[in-house]
Amino acid sequence: MADVKKIATRESYGNALVELGAEYPNLVVLDADLAAATKTGVFKKAYPERHIDCGIAECNMTGIAAGLATMGKIPFVSSFAMFAAGRAFEQVRNSIGYPHLNVKIGATHAGITVGEDGASHQCNEDIALMRTIPGMVVMCPADDVEAKAAVRAAVEHEGPVYIRFGRAACPVINDNPEYKFEIGKGTVVREGSDVTIVATGICVGSALEAAEMLAAEGISAEVINICTIKPLDEEIIINSAKKTGKVVTAEEHSVIGGLGSAVCDALSASYPVPVKKIGMQDVFGESGSAAALVEKYKLDGKGICEQVKDFLK
Amino acid sequence: MNNLELKKTANEVRKGIVTAVHSAKAGHPGGSLSAADIYTYLYFEEMNIDPKNPKMEERDRFVLSKGHTAPGLYSALANRGFFPVEDLKTLRKLGSYLQGHPSMQYIPGVDMSSGSLGQGISAAVGMALGAKMDNRDVRVYTLLGDGEIEEGQVWEASMFAGHRKLDNLVVIVDNNGLQIDGPVSEVCSPYPIDKKFEAFNFHVINVDAHDFDAIRAAFKEARETKGMPTAIIAHSLKGKGVSFMEGSVAWHGTAPNDEQYAVAMADLEKIGEELDKEVEA
Repeated sequence: MADVKKIATRESYGNALVELGAEYPNLVVLDADLAAATKTGVFKKAYPERHIDCGIAECNMTGIAAGLATMGKIPFVSSFAMFAAGRAFEQVRNSIGYPHLNVKIGATHAGITVGEDGASHQCNEDIALMRTIPGMVVMCPADDVEAKAAVRAAVEHEGPVYIRFGRAACPVINDNPEYKFEIGKGTVVREGSDVTIVATGICVGSALEAAEMLAAEGISAEVINICTIKPLDEEIIINSAKKTGKVVTAEEHSVIGGLGSAVCDALSASYPVPVKKIGMQDVFGESGSAAALVEKYKLDGKGICEQVKDFLK
Repeated sequence: MNNLELKKTANEVRKGIVTAVHSAKAGHPGGSLSAADIYTYLYFEEMNIDPKNPKMEERDRFVLSKGHTAPGLYSALANRGFFPVEDLKTLRKLGSYLQGHPSMQYIPGVDMSSGSLGQGISAAVGMALGAKMDNRDVRVYTLLGDGEIEEGQVWEASMFAGHRKLDNLVVIVDNNGLQIDGPVSEVCSPYPIDKKFEAFNFHVINVDAHDFDAIRAAFKEARETKGMPTAIIAHSLKGKGVSFMEGSVAWHGTAPNDEQYAVAMADLEKIGEELDKEVEA
């Protein structure tokens, strides 16, 4: 897929905010000294009076967003996933989740593709944390097209939303005229009959590569793109499991509490089949280039392909 | 309201606090009673609110950052007419809208859910900022405990409020001097509280939390202060009004039993009778 266009979803986030800022005069963006990195800088430039830099104080930023929401604003809280979901977890839970306020959390630099900064900044726990909060919508877009659509859907949705974006450029896979986005709806991006790969975020691109490699070896893999991890499109997963009888999940996140766990919850309740969870296997990341890390932790096409083959043995 | 009316009202608010906590067999009377005069002044004199229209767009906002003293807020709201005083007896009971800590989703007049210390002030700052951004004539008040200000988030919020010159924001610290583990000065001293808020670019007013002349003057001064937020350090007596609760850390989070409840109510009845004899000068 070397010739495919690549864009980091954090770029998509910033661009979507600029576009939506024109349509929604009550949309405001908050940052904690990271506007250059979260890519909200473009919004700041376009709407300086609606960009609020809170300084390096994520917990306070989260509370300020809650207060702004009660005044009719649509606040986007921007920071790295580690701080937005990790450091400020309890503020998200108590100041936003419990009163069910209309705050959107744009968490960039999620997962190991943060790269060189290393484990302290590679958040592999945010999906797990956010999905435990009642009423919270959790999304992890796969590419530029989906990221922009998710940001728009978040604005149109009344209530708290967490959206996870990546630092590294990733292939644009949804660039087709039929593409439609809806919160809570997954998409079969490749049909198959031997095994189902349910993927989210950058792992959707990897899963499609893996499916190609598997096809060359005579294995027909169905690939489902799950952007909304909560509420989960259980129907699309169960229907595919009925067809293939085996499910693999793939995510740039811990295998504890993330997409894999959500899929297991759904399947174990309605249609139990063997499930293999691909992701960070209860370990911290480390420094390195995004590409090298994705390869080492087997989240690239080759890594997913190998693990699917092991699972099918 | 004149001072005598305020005092009488505050006494009724105190009766509501003691009754609610006694009925719940749990809750926080000490810090509710210490702030009863502040609650009363805010809801009966200072704030632009309408009990018949609790969600009135341009109302002033109040955030109880020290959310555990919800009985004080609830009693003030009930006495002000937001909901029946009788309902105070359902505090903390299963099925009651009067949750152990304030919930904006269930309780008329509650502008923000709170209870996890340090978080309310940030929400209040967000409200004040939101009002400023749209040039709305909305003032925002938030009440913090003196133990609560040990939370780092309080100072993150204060730094932001000072930096943004939020002169529509009033932070009130109920300085009753006691927290669960003992005197705040011994647990992890926040003193000097006034100097700290000054350093964060607040206009600071020290006030006797049980003197309505002083309280009235302080909120007037806050209203007249431009270009910076105001912090009112309210020097109070924990458990104020109930003889055996006054100055006692034991009554931070303990409910009176039936016998103690009778004594507490007798104390407050007596105060009420004395107030009835007074004539406003």
